[in-house]
Amino acid sequence: MPDASDAAIVTTGLTKTYGSVTAVAGLSMAVPRGEVFGFLGPNGAGKTTAVKLLLGLARPTSGSATVLGARAGDASARRRIGYLPELFRYQVWLTAYEVLVLHCRLARIPTSRTRAEVERALVTVGLAERAHDRVGTFSKGMQQRLGLGVALLGNPEVVFLDEPTSALDPVGRKDVRDIIRNLRDRGMTVFLNSHLLGEVEQVCDRVAVVHHGSVIASGQLDALLSDSGVRVRVDGLGAATGKLQRFGELHRDGDWISVDGVALETVPDLVAEIVALGGRVYAVEPRHQSLEDRFMELLGGES
Amino acid sequence: MSATLTIAGATVREASRKKLVVALALITVVGIALTGFGFWRLTVLAHQLDRGAPRLDVAELKTVTSQLLIVAMFAFSFVLALSTVFMAAPSIAGELESGVAAAVLTRPIRRVQFLAGKWLGLAVLTAGYVVVASSLEFLVVDLVTGYRPPHPLGFMAFLTGEALVTLTLTTLLSTRMSSVTGGVVALGGFMLAWMGGIAVALGAALNNHGVATVGTLTRMIMPSDGLWRGAVYSLEPAAWIAGILGSGRTQAAANPFFAPSGPPVAYLLWVGVWAVAVFSAASWSFRRREI
Repeated sequence: MPDASDAAIVTTGLTKTYGSVTAVAGLSMAVPRGEVFGFLGPNGAGKTTAVKLLLGLARPTSGSATVLGARAGDASARRRIGYLPELFRYQVWLTAYEVLVLHCRLARIPTSRTRAEVERALVTVGLAERAHDRVGTFSKGMQQRLGLGVALLGNPEVVFLDEPTSALDPVGRKDVRDIIRNLRDRGMTVFLNSHLLGEVEQVCDRVAVVHHGSVIASGQLDALLSDSGVRVRVDGLGAATGKLQRFGELHRDGDWISVDGVALETVPDLVAEIVALGGRVYAVEPRHQSLEDRFMELLGGES
Repeated sequence: MSATLTIAGATVREASRKKLVVALALITVVGIALTGFGFWRLTVLAHQLDRGAPRLDVAELKTVTSQLLIVAMFAFSFVLALSTVFMAAPSIAGELESGVAAAVLTRPIRRVQFLAGKWLGLAVLTAGYVVVASSLEFLVVDLVTGYRPPHPLGFMAFLTGEALVTLTLTTLLSTRMSSVTGGVVALGGFMLAWMGGIAVALGAALNNHGVATVGTLTRMIMPSDGLWRGAVYSLEPAAWIAGILGSGRTQAAANPFFAPSGPPVAYLLWVGVWAVAVFSAASWSFRRREI
């Protein structure tokens, strides 16, 4: 776990139960400032409940959480955060512009800055041309864009995005990824709650995987996906194959030899050793574990 | 602008955008036109000669007009109660269901401000509706018949109070119940209170202490009917009340369209305490509510 002293979000033994059902079970983690943090887990893992606890929308049964140094849900913290809920439908009788103005007022953004804030948000999420259309005429994807715009008002220090791309087409998803990267470049902390692992893998610096309400793995994305390897198609090696064990765990499948745990920089040495042992190399495929592979592996081990 | 006023403004705008205001205005205009036509016909009939004399003399016409106006305003009060319940039942529940509340309540706004804003917006709409619709009805009746109720402002105040009582109870229910359930329960409470009002009068007329006590308790628990009696009293000519009371027809007091007196000050104070208590309960309930 990273140093909690300068973290944007810290949870300690955070637990939430509903009757006999435990939604969040002793969640302890720290989200460093200025990073994009992916909060992953299957449906029903407790992700949205955890976000609600961090926002003060629900109360923990036990444990504690702080956001930007304040107790989760405190007004001082809420002044500095933005939130895109997972399931929402903004006021359909308002225009996109009016929704943003309403949230500027609630966020206590000075009236003199409101217009600039709203226009910036509209441009950022690609809704400038629909600014004066009623939300009721918006597609689900456009509503999600509007929700993102609302979350970004007032330059928050931490943005909670709960499944921000679930209703978007590929173009919209790319736009959101670009927006998230831009937020990180501006020093914001982004708490990304998602089950779209491809999205998470492309933008997150650090992830935590939750299952049954508790974290089963967490860390920097690169470290979490360290389980790399290489596949080599080779013949003529015969009994000498066993000598390759010093590079990693071997698996033989016909002409293919898989060596797990080989760092990328060691692959040339492996190939050189095969050739020195008399093997003829036809193909070399470095294998990098995807987040999805790792995710399935983790869930397989825990469920 | 404070968060409460922001939410109140959005609530008023919601009602106008959803065409609720327009729909209510249309229904009200139609109602006023129909009752105006009825009062005009009554006046024409009253002035027709029957064996050389008008069918109704001036005093009789005034009495009949005042009674019919009370009946018309009772129908209006029922529309008002329905409208108030339909607007207030989803005020919190609907925002929770749509996710709007989750987005709004993560702003630096206290839940009581959100609740108060919703209540205030609906209260402004309700009070405005009472004042405009009642004034129009009284104006039309005055133009057609020349009759003016004795205390029009008192009527508006009592009817607004009745609507606000209904609004406050429905708001409390909305913090915990779905829109439909809260609306049904609030409307049930309103109707029970109305029946309780009749029980009070019946108990008194029949000297039945038990019935009167049940009615009084109902009136304390849900004060809408107690205030309605004040509204009725504001529309009654003094001579009419004196005539009924002088005749000794005590059972007339059981008539929901007759009130021998206005609510006592102590009762009005109780209504104030009731409103504060129910709103506080709504605030406590909403604060404890997990979203």
